[in-house]
Amino acid sequence: MMNENKLVSSTLQLADSALILGQRNAAWCAHGPILEQDIAITNITLDLIGQARNFYQYAAKLMNEADNKNETEDTLAYFRNERDFKNYLICELPNGDWAQTILRQFFLSTFQSLLFEKMMQSSDTQLAAIATKSIKEIQYHLKWSSEWVIRLGDGTEESRNRILAAVDYLWMYTGEFFIPAAYEIFNAADLQQDWLHHVAIVFEEATIPFPAENQFMQTGGKTGMHTEHLGFIIAEMQSLQRAYPGAEW
Amino acid sequence: MSLHDLEKSFQDKIDKEIKIEPKDWMPEAYRKTNLRQISQHAHSEIVGMLPEGNWITRAPSLKRKVILIAKVQDEAGHGLYLYSAAETLGSSRDQMIADLHSGKAKYSSIFNYPTLTWADMGAVGWLVDGAAILNQVMLCRTSYGPYARAMVRICKEESFHQRQGFESLMVLSKGTQAQRDMCQDAINRWWWPSLMMFGPTDSESTNSDQSIKWKIKRKTNDELRQQFVDMIVEQVKILGMTLPDPDLKWNEERQHYDFGNINWEEFWNVVKGNGPCNKQRLAARNKAHDEGAWVRAAALAYAEKRKNKLKNKAA
Repeated sequence: MMNENKLVSSTLQLADSALILGQRNAAWCAHGPILEQDIAITNITLDLIGQARNFYQYAAKLMNEADNKNETEDTLAYFRNERDFKNYLICELPNGDWAQTILRQFFLSTFQSLLFEKMMQSSDTQLAAIATKSIKEIQYHLKWSSEWVIRLGDGTEESRNRILAAVDYLWMYTGEFFIPAAYEIFNAADLQQDWLHHVAIVFEEATIPFPAENQFMQTGGKTGMHTEHLGFIIAEMQSLQRAYPGAEW
Repeated sequence: MSLHDLEKSFQDKIDKEIKIEPKDWMPEAYRKTNLRQISQHAHSEIVGMLPEGNWITRAPSLKRKVILIAKVQDEAGHGLYLYSAAETLGSSRDQMIADLHSGKAKYSSIFNYPTLTWADMGAVGWLVDGAAILNQVMLCRTSYGPYARAMVRICKEESFHQRQGFESLMVLSKGTQAQRDMCQDAINRWWWPSLMMFGPTDSESTNSDQSIKWKIKRKTNDELRQQFVDMIVEQVKILGMTLPDPDLKWNEERQHYDFGNINWEEFWNVVKGNGPCNKQRLAARNKAHDEGAWVRAAALAYAEKRKNKLKNKAA
């Protein structure tokens, strides 16, 4: 039998990661490089926030059953503080240019595709159900972002320079996926080789040199030690709920 | 066939309610009017994404956030079908977008007003989309086939937008005093600009007569505006809110509501570029387009490389 606290924390970790990346991607809506891609990234945003809602609703149910609380998806998204959020650091990094946004999505989608496959087999039927529902979306996100990584890597000199700069910036945030936090019920450490393998295939087609091994990796997001960016994301996202506590929207 | 005969057979078709299709002969002025109108409509969808996109990251619940994102995304989709419909008249999307960005082409002036509070998301859905729908329902029967067909699809989504706008205001109207104040304030600010959306009064409107004869339009600006007023006066009662017009009253003889004078000076000022957000809207569109230039170039270059690779393989 799983430890409830671990289950809640793990569920919140999955919810926060989807929400914060969704919140970041949402800023592209109406500002994309071309209409079709504006629509595509907005689809991904909708999927991510949809996943976050499923995880938050489940976490709220578990918390309410355990402690007689009144949590909802919105109390969890809107009334927790910077140090409570457990998302991977990579989700909160700024959008930067299209290359940085694409690569961030590609790294996370590659990881999610592996993690959610594993989660589908979970003995926790609710998490397994959310994973089963989400995996098709994630496979689309992965296909879309892989194609863009390849296009940018093997496109023009400028696009290549930009995607290389994005690799340089984002790579050190990819190690966190595989270093388990004490509460995590899904050990992702054994997914690392598969993740590296998938990334290498796409990088090869994109003619992007694979980063050197054993580079330093940033960690902390999963235990609430974030970058300075997260505070601003949360301040903006939570502003109305905080300004009008107790109001229905 | 002489020009006169062509024009006569064209008008006959319109009178018989046969749609005009891209390859049919049409008077140059008909083509130009449709191209102007459809491309303006497409631009309005795209620029219209900005004032609502403004609140996506601050939407006050996760449910509201996904509804708002989906709505703004629908507008991008509408822009796409409309640019495609306009392209059948001989322009290209690139050219139309260049005209928008240079300020040559117009878009609906309503989007030059700012969205200041969350309640504006409801008011825009209810009033702005509500006004747009009356025009668009009429356009489902417009004489140019591709435009009429695009409109049928768009209308379905727009009526959902209007309902969600109203529902969102309904929640505010039943909420705290601060929320009710926010709701009333948004209605006050969006009411008059929404009435202006129907365009100048019939006596001032330059394009109306010919457009009616060609069945591009089937109702005049003033007819549509009256229809809108009559509809909204009833709906605002359900919200328990008021419209900011002391002259609004039922006219038994006309069987319509009378309403006060529209500030046409403000209307023309906004049309001429002096609205609160004209500059910001165009700047935002230009910025997205300019910053996307390298992305579009990369996609083209990659597609070209791939095509050559396939060709070499085949050879």
